[in-house]
Amino acid sequence: MSLGKPLPHDSAPLHVTGQARYLDDIPLPAGALHLAFGLSSVAHGEITGMDLSAVRAAPGVVTVLSADDLPEMPDCSPSANDEPLLAVGRVHYHGQPVFLVVADSHLAARRAARLGKVSYRELPALLTVEDALAADSRFEGGPVVWSRGDAGAAIAGAAHVVEGDFPVGGQEHFYLEGQIAACIPQEDGVHVHSSTQHPTEVQHKVAHALHLPMSAVRVETRRMGGGFGGKESQGNALAIACALAARATGRPCKMRYDRDDDMVITGKRHDLTIRYRAGFDDRGVVQGVEFTHLFRCGWSLDLTPPVADRAMLHADNCYWLPAVRIESHRLRTNTASATAYRGFGGPQGMIGAERVMDHIAFALGVEPLAVRRANFYRAMVGAGASGGSISKRADTQTTPYLMPVEDFIGHELVAELERTSGYAARKAGIAAWNAASPVLKRGIALTPVKFGISFTLTWLNQAGALVHVYQDGSIHLNHGGTEMGQGLNQKVAQVAAAVFGVEAGAVKITATDTGKVPNTSATAASSGSDLNGMAAQAACVTIRDRLAAFMADKHQAKPEAVRFADGMVQVAGEAYPFERVAAWAYQARISLSSTGFYSTPKITWDRVKGQGRPFLYFAYGAAVTEVVIDTLTGENRILRADLLHDTGNPLNPAIDIGQIEGAYVQGAGWLTTEELVWDGKGRLATHAPSTYKIPACSDRPPVFNVALWGRENREETVGKSKAVGEPPFMLGISAFYALSDAVAACGDGSVYPALRAPATAEALLEAVERVRGE
Amino acid sequence: MSGIAFLLNGTPVCVTGQSPTRTLLDWLREDRGLCGTKEGCNEGDCGACTVMVTDAAGSRALNACILLLPQLQGKAVRTVEGISGPGGALHPAQEAMVSHHGSQCGFCTPGFVVSMAAAHLNGRTDHDDSLAGNLCRCTGYAPIVRAARASEDAPVPDWMREDAAFFSAQVSPEVRGQAAPGTFCPASSDELADWYLANPEATLIAGATDVGLWVTKQLRDLAPVAFLNGIADLSQIERRGGQMHVGACVTIAELRRAVAPHLPSLAELFRRYASEQVRNAATIGGNIANGSPIGDGPPALIALGATLHLRRGDEMRSLPLESFFLDYRKQGRRPGEFVAGVSFAHHAPDLRCYKLSKRFDQDISAVCGCFNLTIEGGTVTAARIAFGGMAGIPERRGSRSSAAGLCMERSDGARGDAGDGRRFQPDVGHARLGGLSDEDGAEHDVALFP
Repeated sequence: MSLGKPLPHDSAPLHVTGQARYLDDIPLPAGALHLAFGLSSVAHGEITGMDLSAVRAAPGVVTVLSADDLPEMPDCSPSANDEPLLAVGRVHYHGQPVFLVVADSHLAARRAARLGKVSYRELPALLTVEDALAADSRFEGGPVVWSRGDAGAAIAGAAHVVEGDFPVGGQEHFYLEGQIAACIPQEDGVHVHSSTQHPTEVQHKVAHALHLPMSAVRVETRRMGGGFGGKESQGNALAIACALAARATGRPCKMRYDRDDDMVITGKRHDLTIRYRAGFDDRGVVQGVEFTHLFRCGWSLDLTPPVADRAMLHADNCYWLPAVRIESHRLRTNTASATAYRGFGGPQGMIGAERVMDHIAFALGVEPLAVRRANFYRAMVGAGASGGSISKRADTQTTPYLMPVEDFIGHELVAELERTSGYAARKAGIAAWNAASPVLKRGIALTPVKFGISFTLTWLNQAGALVHVYQDGSIHLNHGGTEMGQGLNQKVAQVAAAVFGVEAGAVKITATDTGKVPNTSATAASSGSDLNGMAAQAACVTIRDRLAAFMADKHQAKPEAVRFADGMVQVAGEAYPFERVAAWAYQARISLSSTGFYSTPKITWDRVKGQGRPFLYFAYGAAVTEVVIDTLTGENRILRADLLHDTGNPLNPAIDIGQIEGAYVQGAGWLTTEELVWDGKGRLATHAPSTYKIPACSDRPPVFNVALWGRENREETVGKSKAVGEPPFMLGISAFYALSDAVAACGDGSVYPALRAPATAEALLEAVERVRGE
Repeated sequence: MSGIAFLLNGTPVCVTGQSPTRTLLDWLREDRGLCGTKEGCNEGDCGACTVMVTDAAGSRALNACILLLPQLQGKAVRTVEGISGPGGALHPAQEAMVSHHGSQCGFCTPGFVVSMAAAHLNGRTDHDDSLAGNLCRCTGYAPIVRAARASEDAPVPDWMREDAAFFSAQVSPEVRGQAAPGTFCPASSDELADWYLANPEATLIAGATDVGLWVTKQLRDLAPVAFLNGIADLSQIERRGGQMHVGACVTIAELRRAVAPHLPSLAELFRRYASEQVRNAATIGGNIANGSPIGDGPPALIALGATLHLRRGDEMRSLPLESFFLDYRKQGRRPGEFVAGVSFAHHAPDLRCYKLSKRFDQDISAVCGCFNLTIEGGTVTAARIAFGGMAGIPERRGSRSSAAGLCMERSDGARGDAGDGRRFQPDVGHARLGGLSDEDGAEHDVALFP
């Protein structure tokens, strides 16, 4: 049985030897051309003139395209048709593509792109949340408001109130492989290679740009060098540019962004300010809470609505909020359009809920974990323990969007982590240590995670697969998901191998290809293995059932008595190697190929009302982080992290642990060193790894204990597993509140640290001075 | 002969007809089809392009994206494809990376594997340091460090030693020559002095860790250029009369080792100077001549009262290091004059160097503070204090009794909140910084100005 084995990533031997092929490593046909964008040098302005003569005359340049050269401008947006490939008349952010250079080498294209002379009549640029609010510059007409009960009245009637403004920074994806695409013209269409999480959307956008039916556009994605949401929509522009240039020249075209261009052009995680006001009782139990999310969305819509919705959907995290009002402003600014990033708004919503818990605990002088517990959703009998369906009980609590929380395991999971991490004793030890340490202060925090699994746009919750068994018994599989390092292909191979009773290595999964599996959803929302694993399993079961019927018929046995295990097919007391059965079935003219399909059951969602069951289930986790800060410099280190995370019955525990470790460090990075800085002209100052600091090797916790909860999903998911891509990212929030705890230790308990995120050394110093009244 | 001759994965190659600023990375990927070496950032900050380079001084990890082909003259290069042995035998680091789940997306993996193999060859087990220049966005590093630890005790495979054997047996200086049109590769400082006097507009390239970015990011044409890495007499460290005389072409890695016994605080500062790959290429002469206000070398050397040695033709002159810096990235170097070396007290018992940066490792200083005190009978009798990252150039800031304070301010706000780098400055004198790497965090306050 291959399910549940901690097997290495299927590409690991290729990764370590340099043989794993990424898009830029694929040899292109002779005569291939290379593309680069010329970029806007102002954040907002009308284009008053464009002199591209020097660009056209530069060595190696084949052609140059701008709005003046294109009768119609292709659109790159995944949502609203508001992202012209090249600026038309007006530029909306610094770094927006204005013209396209096609040259005979990557370097020649980059050099030429710097020679354009574009003049602008500059217009006022809206760069901040405050700018956009003052100008009422926003998407979707006005704020989105979801509420339950009368939060204002509940707060007014509560014994205590906390409130604050909490600025939370964005995050650059920093996938190690930058954005890249290539297009090879075919006799009646195009073949596109794209480093994308969403091949079908690239297919759709390229088809639209070239006025071709989708059937004439084939998009292939073997693997990405990291995605993290940054390749959900941000690769569209490159693929469209390549397709356009390939049509114009009749030659293969490739485009990859230099790292600095990548960071300037593409969107990042949405930053926001969270305004919160919470009323609570003497134990810290919330009576009512109001959140206002002020999202800085950039110049175009992109994926902002579902991202900001998901922030609202996670404003409760693990906490029962009897009266709640969430108001979400999606503000349009003259900056790169913010986009999908691991967690997709969930982290932004959740960190607000944790801010309220932290602030309440501080206000009451109560241990924060006690406050968190006091607000947890009610424990469900048997939840998470067995697969038995629990019908809606009378006392089931619901989320602010009225989804019953039927599977809440926070109580047990947190109790287990509290025990294994030694939280209580360490908390006491830290207090004693801090009392004797005037300069260095330690802090510790335990924060939980509850993350909803399913696309909130319900129709996206579908997947397809295509499986072939060849006459030698080897198995070839394609599914609609893309491999970006998360081990999706390995997990799906293990699912398929389990159906046929063969080793996982017997299943070969090749590049994601729109010509093999159509109409796919983005590999996003942590859904990759849930959706594609089920679709692949369905296809495999179809073929296995045909083989079973065939073998049963041969042996006068019942099909259900045929067993597939250990590479053998057992029937009527006989055992045959799988490959021999495949050969016999071929000769008997049995179809050995099948598609499979899956659509997620149970989900329903009314976005306008903000009500329904948008998620099939929740994934849970919790983390304890201990930190130390230098109160004179703001320098800080994570000393230890203990994570306990729920992936149901893991399909591959080694891959799940890898996802959890990596997500934690990425989440902690978001909240500590990863600071995006724009200057007053709207230029991104942190446009390279020299200035934008993702965690390095020594930033990982020196003591790093990671465990899986290991109990099956109560829903009927593939192998009873749970999705793992995004939920553990939010375990990093514990690092932030540990830092807040350390800052609080510098004061007398009267002034809340009100730490901003990211908690850079400077942010920490500010907070230290605040609590000390300096 | 004309051309750049070196060993590539054990096979001799001679490269001709290349621009002198062609990077090894582009040549490997575009001309040789060796695509295992990846471009992550094209500026030496991510390590995805790490290769191992061996010469008479040993084997080291370098960033191929800012390594220019003429720098390889007479050396041996091993890419990830050459880390595996004959017949595809895996290196112990490769095996461990598979079995410890050290790769996810795999794009950074070849660079990690090469860094790990170079460290393994050199018997290094300080994995956090040797891997600080390799960024991974997927794994959180834990499984990579587990793999590095697991392969520590495995024997070095035979093929990894072949490059060094090649050197002792075969390399002769004759391979040097004019590597490419417009390129000069002097073998001595005398040759350089004559040539530079005649070509004062030329660009001098030593480690190329900064000049490499002029090529890859600013897309500048630099010809004519001179590559200094073959100048033996500028690569010496000597101790004479209580002074350490350091040639301009000494790398930061070499200097770190040299100062470790007597200037441990400076060695610790150099441990956090960029990354392994950059320290292995960058030179102290380049660090000074480049004049960046955020270089970590000058503040420490100014605090040590360093003397800079310049040469123009046959004319040598020496001056206090701080008077070399005239304006932002502008130095008092006359046409045709180059930095020959720097000398400073080789022992300063109370030198303390502190670096504050957004990220602990592989980051540029938001502020770097260096304090060199003379303490007699519990009294500070003299002090030289220098800050980096505070001003465009060193600037005298009054004095505390006999102490001289010198500051350099950073030029942009990206490394700290705009205009607020000074926030750190008053604190620097009062506490021990950068001491948080110890697991127990138990650092003691050091009051420098009680």
